[in-house]
Amino acid sequence: MPPLPESKILELKETARQLRIEVLRMLTRAGSGHTGGSLSIIEILVALYMVKLRHDPKNPRWPDRDRFVLSKGHGAPALYAILARLGYFDPAELMNLRRLGGMLQGHPFNLSTPGVEISTGSLGQGLSVANGMALAAKLDKSAVRVYVLMGDGETQEGQIWEAAMTAAHYKLDNLCGIIDANKLQIDGSLSEIMNIEPIARKWEAFGWQVFEVDGHDFQALLAAFDQCEQVKGKPSLIVAHTVKGKGVSFMEGKVQYHGVAPTEAELEKALIELTC
Amino acid sequence: MSQTLCTRTLGTRDVYGDVLVRLGQQNPNIVVLDADLSCSTRTEKFAKAFPDRFFNLGIAEQDMISTAAGLAAFGKIPFVSTFAVFATGRAWDQIRQSICYSMQNVKIVATHAGITVGEDSATHQANEDIALMRSLPNMNIIVPADGIETEKALEYLVHDKNPVYVRLSRCKFPVILDSDYVFQKGKAVLLEEGSEATIIAIGIMVSRALRACEMLKKEGLSTRLLNMSTVKPIDQQAIVAAAEETGCIVTAEEHSVIGGLGSAVAEIISERCPVPLKRIGLNDCFGISGDAEKLLTYYGLTAEAIAQAVKDVVARKRKRN
Repeated sequence: MPPLPESKILELKETARQLRIEVLRMLTRAGSGHTGGSLSIIEILVALYMVKLRHDPKNPRWPDRDRFVLSKGHGAPALYAILARLGYFDPAELMNLRRLGGMLQGHPFNLSTPGVEISTGSLGQGLSVANGMALAAKLDKSAVRVYVLMGDGETQEGQIWEAAMTAAHYKLDNLCGIIDANKLQIDGSLSEIMNIEPIARKWEAFGWQVFEVDGHDFQALLAAFDQCEQVKGKPSLIVAHTVKGKGVSFMEGKVQYHGVAPTEAELEKALIELTC
Repeated sequence: MSQTLCTRTLGTRDVYGDVLVRLGQQNPNIVVLDADLSCSTRTEKFAKAFPDRFFNLGIAEQDMISTAAGLAAFGKIPFVSTFAVFATGRAWDQIRQSICYSMQNVKIVATHAGITVGEDSATHQANEDIALMRSLPNMNIIVPADGIETEKALEYLVHDKNPVYVRLSRCKFPVILDSDYVFQKGKAVLLEEGSEATIIAIGIMVSRALRACEMLKKEGLSTRLLNMSTVKPIDQQAIVAAAEETGCIVTAEEHSVIGGLGSAVAEIISERCPVPLKRIGLNDCFGISGDAEKLLTYYGLTAEAIAQAVKDVVARKRKRN
């Protein structure tokens, strides 16, 4: 795919800005949730859902849709925001996030939310699930591609590496993994808590084709997704370097916003930044 | 006394291996996953017949379970096999989130359940697997009593979309059901009519309970026998009827008395019709190495022990009345 015209990129940027506002509003309203890791994946989700994925919000179970698995399930608010934006469900539901009777559970739940392929939240399982989908697509000789978004902290889970071996062993070139490399986890920085570096070399050693990009740069992300499609005989991984809390100056790079919702005052402050 | 009523035996895992190939021929959506134990679980037969639809995940049970969920989410019908201890213990969280909570059509068919694993010892003997699976919402649990029921249950389950755990064994079981037996999920199978006590058994203990009924009959005690092959959703009606009509119950399972069949029956009768109950099973202990048959005797999982337990609960019932 040729690079998108600047006007289209501006449109994506505008969508990302609006989704950040949605995410902050819904989290503030919910009073709990994962702010930092939702804000860091906005561009990745916008690039996928608005450009890359073949999907149909009016027919969420369309058999030939590309699959997306949010393995880092705590990024649910960002996923919900884009799904609602695209018409998978009524955007009014966003304000019922995490509330009794609402369809939007604290972590993605496939039985209650159109567009969610599988339930996630307990980390480390999504890559294996995506492998299963990619294996099935290959069995069916289907052109469906499978995308799975993992957290960088999530790669501390052993199952991720079991699945990394599986994807390479079965040559799943219809699979694209993305790591939201925001370098922070609940208890501190990854380098302090449990170092995962050199992450790109680890995945390469496991048999993956690895690309590293700025995870907030649409052109770079889209170019990387295109490159992944050209890879044959092995799975590909995009290490998307991101900033936790991206877009809100006082949240950026701050561990304390991993699992905490903004207060009303913080929301107000954030909205001023995002609307200027 | 003869060791078995029947001379014919069948390995439930052997039946599984053969049935899987037949089902695979009938239904192209069936896929099979194993974690480096395909020789022992007998999925190697399917692997040979349908190499494209067989996935060996290596020694990685957690990955295998979640991968199966992904295949199911895409419309495949995955049968997943390894030893019971690894399937349910190692991969419990994966079963919980990727299969049960996500409601994926995955058949976990585990072999080598219980102490009849034998010589491999406690690390490989799953005596807690039913407890682990029973606590999961949406999970169904089937424990076939013999090779015939294994075959019939598997044929049924291909058309059932619920997550299911099927518990098979390493050792051969006496054949107790007729070849025209019809498996019905959630229905207790009445094997002996009786009025003075009820034995509710699963797996290898069903054939032993049959012998216990014969022994008790000779002593003039009329004992009902229910094969509770569907442990979840359990046949509450049959259990309550047994309590009301016979007044006392013995459960028999090759599993811990905690969390398995005995617990399930205790939960139901204590709420709906409390009667004297004795649970036969592993008494909150790990197993040890040994010959399977000798281990069953060592842990009191015998027809004699079941018969004695029936006499005990009948005595307690009579004392109450």
